[in-house]
This record gives sequence, structure tokens and C-alpha cells, in this order.
Amino acid sequence: MNAPLRDALHAPVRDPLHAPVRDPMVPVPFRIEKVRRDLSDTFTMELVPEAGGEFAFQPGQFNMLYVFGVGEVPISISGDPADRSVLVHTTRAVGQVTEALDALKPGDSLGVRGPFGTSWPVESAFGHDLVFVAGGVGLAPLRPAIYQAMANRQRFGRVIVLYGARTPEDILYKKELERWRGRFDLDVLVTVDRATGKWGGNVGVVTNLIARGGFDPLNTTSFVCGPEVMMRYAAQALEKKGVDTGRIWVSVERNMKCGCGLCGHCQWGPHFTCKDGPVFRYDRVADLFQIREL
Amino acid sequence: MVKPDNLAPLIEDHPFFKGVDTKLRDLLVGCAANERFEAGQFLFHEGQKAEKFYLIRAGTVAIEIDQPGRPPIVVETIAEGEVAGWAWIVEPYRATFDARAVTLVRALSFDAKCLRRKMEADPTLGYDVLRRFVPIMAHRLSAARLQMLDLYAPPKPAKEKTVKAEKADKKSKGANRAPDARLKKAKKKDGK
Repeated sequence: MNAPLRDALHAPVRDPLHAPVRDPMVPVPFRIEKVRRDLSDTFTMELVPEAGGEFAFQPGQFNMLYVFGVGEVPISISGDPADRSVLVHTTRAVGQVTEALDALKPGDSLGVRGPFGTSWPVESAFGHDLVFVAGGVGLAPLRPAIYQAMANRQRFGRVIVLYGARTPEDILYKKELERWRGRFDLDVLVTVDRATGKWGGNVGVVTNLIARGGFDPLNTTSFVCGPEVMMRYAAQALEKKGVDTGRIWVSVERNMKCGCGLCGHCQWGPHFTCKDGPVFRYDRVADLFQIREL
Repeated sequence: MVKPDNLAPLIEDHPFFKGVDTKLRDLLVGCAANERFEAGQFLFHEGQKAEKFYLIRAGTVAIEIDQPGRPPIVVETIAEGEVAGWAWIVEPYRATFDARAVTLVRALSFDAKCLRRKMEADPTLGYDVLRRFVPIMAHRLSAARLQMLDLYAPPKPAKEKTVKAEKADKKSKGANRAPDARLKKAKKKDGK
């Protein structure tokens, strides 16, 4: 490798979003500061750039995390966009790379490429009721937008978080949800798909919570994230409630590889989810949800 | 049980009977009662005659299934503004689940026999009540189907994938073996 290229690759990146020259295909080394176990198969890592500096991103964007020698995986950023000092990722260990990520400890290094993709348009919801609908680990990509909404709380009408999990034991960010629920300016409703009598909360699918309302449908923006089937039904429930499909946003993931729309692995109809998504306006992709082959 | 003389405003205020015609409302009042359940008290039990249905005014009701030797499974919770019980409208009029008050519950109850009789006698009332019940039943059926999908379950563990991959490998090896076998057979033939 020639010296100028090596210097360029190893130069400290102060603000990757606005860095003058950086190859999006080259991972930047980050060090794991903290690891927290959220659920039996889900963990949250806090990362800092090894070369120092900050990391800016928009809520809803994702990074490609590279476990050296194992492989790369796209993971949404789940931290506070206002805090650029640390990069937060919540990951569910479900495959070879995510299991290798799970095995990493504080002090270990990994490569980060990103941030990539479109973001939740929080500012477009100013003046509206804002309804977050999350299912399972889908709460993680929404969390930065929830932080941003809370930081600008006075600019919205009602802010409602509707969250569905499999069982009470599978509720992600449980303590944080309890803290949010304790705020007087944020409504948090949680439901689980199955429970025993010990659980005193809601049981049923998250779409039931949408049906219960509590927001002004004609003046509502909604961000939906979770398994694709759940998003489809949630969007339909919102539409049925009277929310304009142009004000519903969903986060779609496919097989993201390059992260910048070059390789075509994540093509979804006419879109590359890594570049045109992951956050899409629902009315622009509603038809694609109905196509089995995609 | 409290049975005030005039439950009409409570019926009108409940989302289930939103916009109900005054004449029909008056027919409904005659079958209605105001009830209260302490947390833990049952509204009805599985298998019992479905003699009532409830419009929940406050509190939460758990629809659950009892299982021997284990805690009951809650399949759904019904909140303020919703309806508990539809078995009263479908023969053989038997409750299909238990309904337990999770919190203090205030509800309007409707006597099933009384209401069925009035619905038979007055098809307009019958149609109006059914028109309100059918979407709820459809919604619950759809929700139950979604719930059955177990959407948030973790994807199949990597080990299972590996086993699958191994099977696929074996299969492909098997496919590769086939020409060898044919080759051997041909050589044997040639040898003969």
C-alpha cells in the first residue's frame, strides 16, 4: 500500500458524515467500550473510534459492522444522535457474524463502515402527533428517533410509543421504557403476544394498540419498525384509523452488503434498501409489500 | 350489582354504541346493567352459558385459558372502550374462554336472552347490533392469526442452519455420486 493511501485510511476521522475523503468500502476501526446484555440473545455495544473523534448519524441509519476475519453485518444505530462521542448498536445474535459480535468483549476492536441509508424524518412530524410503532428488536432502530423527538418534545402534539414483544421476558430496553412511561409528556403502551397471569399489562398484537388510538389520525405521523409482516399490518391499521399513508414511514431491511447501492444485493423492486432505504415512506412501497417474490 | 334507572348516557358514551339510534338505545337500556368487578374476579368462565356480554367502561380484562398444573395463559387483554364476550350471539351460547378482571373493572353488562329476544322481534336492532359485533370479531380473528405467527421469535438457530446446510451438502454429494455410479456400471459392462 502506498504511503498517501495508508495515511488517508488511518487519518483520524473527526466527523465521518462530513469527512472530505473516505472510501465507504473501507472499515474504520472502533473499540468496544461497553457491552450490555439486553435479552438472552440481544446485546448493546458502545463503540468509540480508535483514532478518536466523533461519529455523526441520523436516526434510522445503519452501519456495516465488521468482525475481523469473520464477516460484515448491517446493524441499525440505536443510540442518541445528539451524543456523537459514542456509537451504540443493539444486536440480536442470530447468525455467524452476529454471534461473533456477541463474543467480543470491551477493549476488542471491530470495523465500522457507515453511516448508511435514509433516516426517520423526525422534523417532518413537527406540529403533528407522532406515533412510534415497534415490534421486537425493531425498537432499536426507532430509539434514536424517540430520543430526537424527546429532545424536541414541545414541537409535537402527542408522542406515543406502541411496542409489541413476544413475551414479558422479551421486552427490549425495559428500564428505559419504564422511564419513558414515567414522563408526563410521552405515552408508552406495551403489549406482548403471550403471557401468563403474572403479567399485568396488555396481551395481543401491537396493531390492537393502534386501534385503541389516543392520537389525532388526521394530524399524525407514524414511524413503524419491526418484522415485515408486523409493519405491513401496522401500516394497514394506521391507514384504517385514518392516518395518511404518506405520513407513515417504515424501515425495510434486505440483504445489505456494500451499503452504498453498488452491489445490488439488497435490491427491493426498484429500490436498493441500503441507499434508498432502510426508511421508506409507506405509500411509495406499499405495493412492494404485497409481492411475494420480493 | 348496580342497576340505575337510566343507563342511556353510558350506552351512548361507549365507543361500541357510538351513534346509536335513540329508539334502539332505549331498547338496549332494558337489557343493560351497570357492574363492577374487583381485580381477580371473573366476568365469565369457559364452558359457562354465555348469559351476558360486557362493554368495558374502565379497567382491563384478561381473556385466558386455564391449563392444569400451570399458570393460565392470557391470550388477549380487553381495555376500556372495548367489548368482552361474543359467545352470547353464536350458538350454543357457551363462553369459550375465561375472562378475569386484571384491575378494577367497571362495565355495562347486557342480558343475552333479553337482547336476543329483542333482536329477533326487531330486525333493525338485530342488524345494528350484529353490524357492530362483526367487525370486532373479524378484527380479533385477524389479530389471533397474527399472534399465531410468532413474529418476534428468533430466527432458526445457526446450528439448525448448519444441519440444513449439511443435508444440502449430502444431497449435492449424492447427486455427484450418481454419475460415478453410472461410470462404474459402464466400466463393469465394458469389462464384461
